[in-house]
Amino acid sequence: MYIYDAFDRTLVAERVAEFRDQVARRLSGELTEEEFKPLRLMNGVYLQLHAYMLRIAIPYGTLSSDQLRKLAYVARKYDRGYGHFTTRQNIQFHWIKLEELPDAMAALAESGMHGMQTSGNCVRNLTTDQWAGVAPDELEDPRIWAELIRQHVTLHPEFSFMPRKFKIAVGSSHHDRAALRIHDLALQLHRNGAGETGFEVMVGGGLGRTPFLAKTIKPFLPKRDVLSYVEAVLRTYNQFGRRDNIYKARIKILVHELGAEAFAKEVDAEWQSIKDGALALDPAAVSEISGRFIYPDYERLDGKPPQLGQARRADRRFDVWMDNAVADHKVPGYAIVTLSLKPEGGTPGDATAVQMDAIADLADRYSFGEIRVGHEQNLALPHVAKRDLPDLWRALDAIGVATPNVGLVSDIISCPGLDYCSLANARSIPIAQEITRRFSKLDLQRDLGRLHINISGCINACGHHHVGHIGILGVEKNGEEFYQITLGGKADSAAELGALIGPAVPYAKVADVVEDIAAAYLELREHPEELFIDTVRRIGVEPFRERVYAAR
Amino acid sequence: MTSPLEQKIRITGPVVVTANRVGDGAVVYRRADGGWTTQLASAAVATSASTARDLIKEAAADDLRAVGPYIAPVKLTAAGELRPGNLREAIRLGGPTIELPVTFGI
Repeated sequence: MYIYDAFDRTLVAERVAEFRDQVARRLSGELTEEEFKPLRLMNGVYLQLHAYMLRIAIPYGTLSSDQLRKLAYVARKYDRGYGHFTTRQNIQFHWIKLEELPDAMAALAESGMHGMQTSGNCVRNLTTDQWAGVAPDELEDPRIWAELIRQHVTLHPEFSFMPRKFKIAVGSSHHDRAALRIHDLALQLHRNGAGETGFEVMVGGGLGRTPFLAKTIKPFLPKRDVLSYVEAVLRTYNQFGRRDNIYKARIKILVHELGAEAFAKEVDAEWQSIKDGALALDPAAVSEISGRFIYPDYERLDGKPPQLGQARRADRRFDVWMDNAVADHKVPGYAIVTLSLKPEGGTPGDATAVQMDAIADLADRYSFGEIRVGHEQNLALPHVAKRDLPDLWRALDAIGVATPNVGLVSDIISCPGLDYCSLANARSIPIAQEITRRFSKLDLQRDLGRLHINISGCINACGHHHVGHIGILGVEKNGEEFYQITLGGKADSAAELGALIGPAVPYAKVADVVEDIAAAYLELREHPEELFIDTVRRIGVEPFRERVYAAR
Repeated sequence: MTSPLEQKIRITGPVVVTANRVGDGAVVYRRADGGWTTQLASAAVATSASTARDLIKEAAADDLRAVGPYIAPVKLTAAGELRPGNLREAIRLGGPTIELPVTFGI
């Protein structure tokens, strides 16, 4: 956990007071909607189809049990008893009343949470690997660097009115769990040939109507230079990014049109002028931030507690869950546990207040009071003693978050779609729900293996459909919902954009098509260990296209 | 974004003016008497571009009570009842087409 100080608390409290005044002036008519809209957006308040929506940042996906309880409280008192975890490590409440928003924000502020920079043309919530600080393959905790950048860009006047929003992610593991290549700016910690750690800097990634994967513009950036280089990237974008056309305003368009090499030269020219100035990092400043990350006082535990093996042999459901949802931890005797927010027929990423409270209690009991939020819209308990796994599983199972489908076909990433969102053209959630019902047999899911389905209800791609192994994009045709299907996308360290397999299909046929694709994979894979994504890469989309469209 | 008053109004059937209530964001419809209602059945229906223009003009001036007014299609059933004219409007009126998590059985 990161321990916020008085400065952070004051900043958040002042923002609540300011917003309370703005809301009062809006409700009294002193502010028009035109005047109020940019103010509410600066606090993560959108207006959706049915109500206002409040988006709350969960910096680098780390939550304390107290914070999760506070989210449960807000869900219960000010919303409809649930919240929606998003693909950017945020949580959204979809039924918030403007009149009550200041009180809801004040409650969140008590636990250090807010909606600042979860909207608007600024640097958004910084994201990382949800296993940061505990993953065995991690070089070092990326959250230290994410926090450093977060502090620098929070309310930074120069970066509060950029051409468009700006998303930054930081990774540190061999396996990219933060979808780095689809970010405006991504930093990947690695070690160079001389044994020094630094960052690979990638820019210009993003999905939406013009998807691009980020390009590396600096293979190795020393740590001392990370703030100055980030500043140089932001300044270059701020100067050259387009402000005349919202569809061409993201940095991905600038990098594409200028070329990554030319963009890097512009950044470098800016960087040279500031790199040895105030932003050159003092190791003491980094130490101060890293010192605020409190790590658990781990016990020395048996890496293979005998009771765990006995429990696995005694209960197949537990054994299956262990295989699916439990990952190795860098400390012997501990494990990382993923909590699936994807029950059959449920809404991906939704958690009720009852679940949040229960998870907070379980985090206190089994995970040193800490919870993580992943971009796949699941939660994790990052520090669970292996000996406690049987008891934890029973408790998680009782509240519906132990579905052993992590990474499988029913672990669907989905935006809220037309059921909530005013930008959407088509529904996402019922499509996801129907697919989970079609694949309700766990043996089938396990046979299909790792298979990521990502669904977006419009071209803005909040459901990351371009990088789904199977991507589903809702479009509107003559007033009807249709869905384009792509195959072969992936968001990991070898990220790729999916390829369209053919004409869009109507709402009622999407789950059929996914079943056909899954059946085709089972026929076409070379052997049971060949993953879906590897089969698509080996044979291309054409064999899938033939099977899907031949029958239609 | 173009103001609703500056947009060309094309009407191919009956329409209403809808918006979101300022205080809580609830979906509301413009009434003939200049108020707002959450009941589609009580909405003022326009069947010509000029009537729709008048409705949206009045609605846009009422910024204190409702946000983002626009013209939305409606259908009239054989019995004369008003229904939303498309899926988006049906969802705005009736809520999400999915079961909300709190009643999902968790």
